[in-house]
Amino acid sequence: MASPMRIATPPLKSGESFRDDFSYSNSPQAIRRFPFPFHEDKYMYSVNIEPHNGGPAGSVFAPAFDIDEHYLSEVEERRRVLEEDPGRCQVLPHMMEAQWDTLELLMESLARDYPQHFSLTTDGDQWTWENRPLGIRDSFTFGDPATLPQEPFEYITRQVQGDFTLHGQRDNMLYMDGGMVTCQADWSLDFDLGMNWYEWHGPVPKAHQMGIFDRALKFLLNLQVERPVRRLNWTMTINPRMDTSPENYHKWGIDRASVTPENVGEKAHLRVELQTLWRLPRSNAIIFSIRCYLISMEELVTIPKWARRFHRVLGTLPDELAEYKGLIGYRPIVLDYLAPFDDGAETSPGIGPD
Amino acid sequence: MTGQFNIPVRVTRIEQVTPMIRRFTLERYDGGQLPGFSGGSHVVVTMRGDDRIHHNPYSLMGSPDDKRHYQISVRRDDEGRGGSLFMHTRVAEGDTLEVAPPTNLFALNRLAKRHILIAGGIGITPFMAQLHELRRAGADYQLHYSFRDQENAAFRNELEAACGRRITTYDASAGEFVQPGQLLAEQPLGTHVYVCGPKGMIQAVNDAAFELGWADSHVHWEEFAAPPVGKPFRVVLQKSDMEVTVPGSSSVLEALEDAGLQPNCLCRGGVCGECETVVVEGEVEHNDHFLPDDVKQTNSRMMICVSRARSERLVLDL
Repeated sequence: MASPMRIATPPLKSGESFRDDFSYSNSPQAIRRFPFPFHEDKYMYSVNIEPHNGGPAGSVFAPAFDIDEHYLSEVEERRRVLEEDPGRCQVLPHMMEAQWDTLELLMESLARDYPQHFSLTTDGDQWTWENRPLGIRDSFTFGDPATLPQEPFEYITRQVQGDFTLHGQRDNMLYMDGGMVTCQADWSLDFDLGMNWYEWHGPVPKAHQMGIFDRALKFLLNLQVERPVRRLNWTMTINPRMDTSPENYHKWGIDRASVTPENVGEKAHLRVELQTLWRLPRSNAIIFSIRCYLISMEELVTIPKWARRFHRVLGTLPDELAEYKGLIGYRPIVLDYLAPFDDGAETSPGIGPD
Repeated sequence: MTGQFNIPVRVTRIEQVTPMIRRFTLERYDGGQLPGFSGGSHVVVTMRGDDRIHHNPYSLMGSPDDKRHYQISVRRDDEGRGGSLFMHTRVAEGDTLEVAPPTNLFALNRLAKRHILIAGGIGITPFMAQLHELRRAGADYQLHYSFRDQENAAFRNELEAACGRRITTYDASAGEFVQPGQLLAEQPLGTHVYVCGPKGMIQAVNDAAFELGWADSHVHWEEFAAPPVGKPFRVVLQKSDMEVTVPGSSSVLEALEDAGLQPNCLCRGGVCGECETVVVEGEVEHNDHFLPDDVKQTNSRMMICVSRARSERLVLDL
């Protein structure tokens, strides 16, 4: 893992909203470290998994779990979503050991990577956790759920950005055995809970025929403790809305029809998920972290390389994928907006800004 | 996925448990924490001998709660390729070895209503770590442990102390043997059976479960294949445009590593599937427990960690 020196520690903003007035925005520093997902001028599925063992100084890849300037706002948004719909956090009963594994992994990682925000002191099974940004200081007995205000998985994932799913491994298969899912790209934990790997990936076009899921499953079944891996996934979202769940489709589906040439720069967002996968030690389960980043088109075009490349990626994206990602309707308006920023110049290798 | 991530460890204790079995306690060379693990996990131990490097998988048998130490046990095999002999004759307390992070290919199923653990001889080791989990979870389990004779009844006392009435022992020299057919027939629906031991025992448990109509998903077994010694042969690597000779006492994987390549691999015992390789030409002698029988018959794929050639030459898609 990268040393704490290499990890960005921006000031934490507060009060940004992901609904109603949508006051969320990225600072210039946050834009430069955005995990732009395209390493070339076109896009096709691939397994694209690499070791998650740090990354360039200050990048989102450097810490185990990235805490950025939106921390307080995203934690508050999660609290609101859970208040309206407690079913967004569910864990099946046989996963209690995996819940404690999750708590341990997150507390140890955050305390190591962000000592200014978090600390963990342990004396045998007597643990004390301090989360200074949220004003939390709790002492509890590791292994005894009754000593925490919520079950361990919910307790800790309420304090971390991004969604998490828990996967039991049985009979050479992974199952959706739990999760904290409040900022998802149109899928439902409540619907997928208990499904196996092939069942919950059912809706993805093309990838099955390419054998992607067979290869990825085989790879993950052999995932080793302390050898996490990562990949990036992407889609687009209208407005900086974290909770684009099927449960709330009636609230956000209609947004897609609201895009005009005048508002597209502000409204259309590239939504990137930094997905990391970790073998949990005692439970032998896998935890899947889905850390979501949003960037508006007007923020994106401040990086000339990304403006050029995204214009080309979006223009050549097969209709089937554009349909699946829900962006086929407003794609022409986004392409018109990006076109003036694409001078036809060659783009440099890699995903980083020039 | 290859050896580059090994963790240097120091041997802090060696116990002669039976005339054939030694238990090794390992801790991190830098004194730090070792990766956590679940019961049934193994580590691949790298031993740097004078003339060759051995990589052998051994089950972790200590408590998963102990993050400072790993424990493994090694049964001495005078006929094998030398890894176990190295551990018995060349490794002393204070020496260093390397281990890869743990992998679990023999995990308990947490949805089981009851767990029946059947061990033969050195096959007891993965269960010793699992017993910690079963006891902590308050699970319903039985341990059936068979050994050659009292002198070879490794860990018997500590197992009896830990399991109480849940352990049944079988002394083969006194004519006592596990009867899988009878044992499994008595179990309620929802029982899972786990077996680790000699080939014949694994086969007998699988046969009994099959005849009683048990679902495959309720029958678990682990048997690491040691790469067998055989005749030398040539391997042609089509993509790399290379030709390598596999000596009689090396596996294909080891011969490729000696030639400077780093093929994907993990368990080195024909179990995990990581080193599955497409065979373009040649006849394979399959020694793994990963590929299904119908795939083995087609000679289209092989596990290069344990399988060899029947023909004088193999062409691989590497």
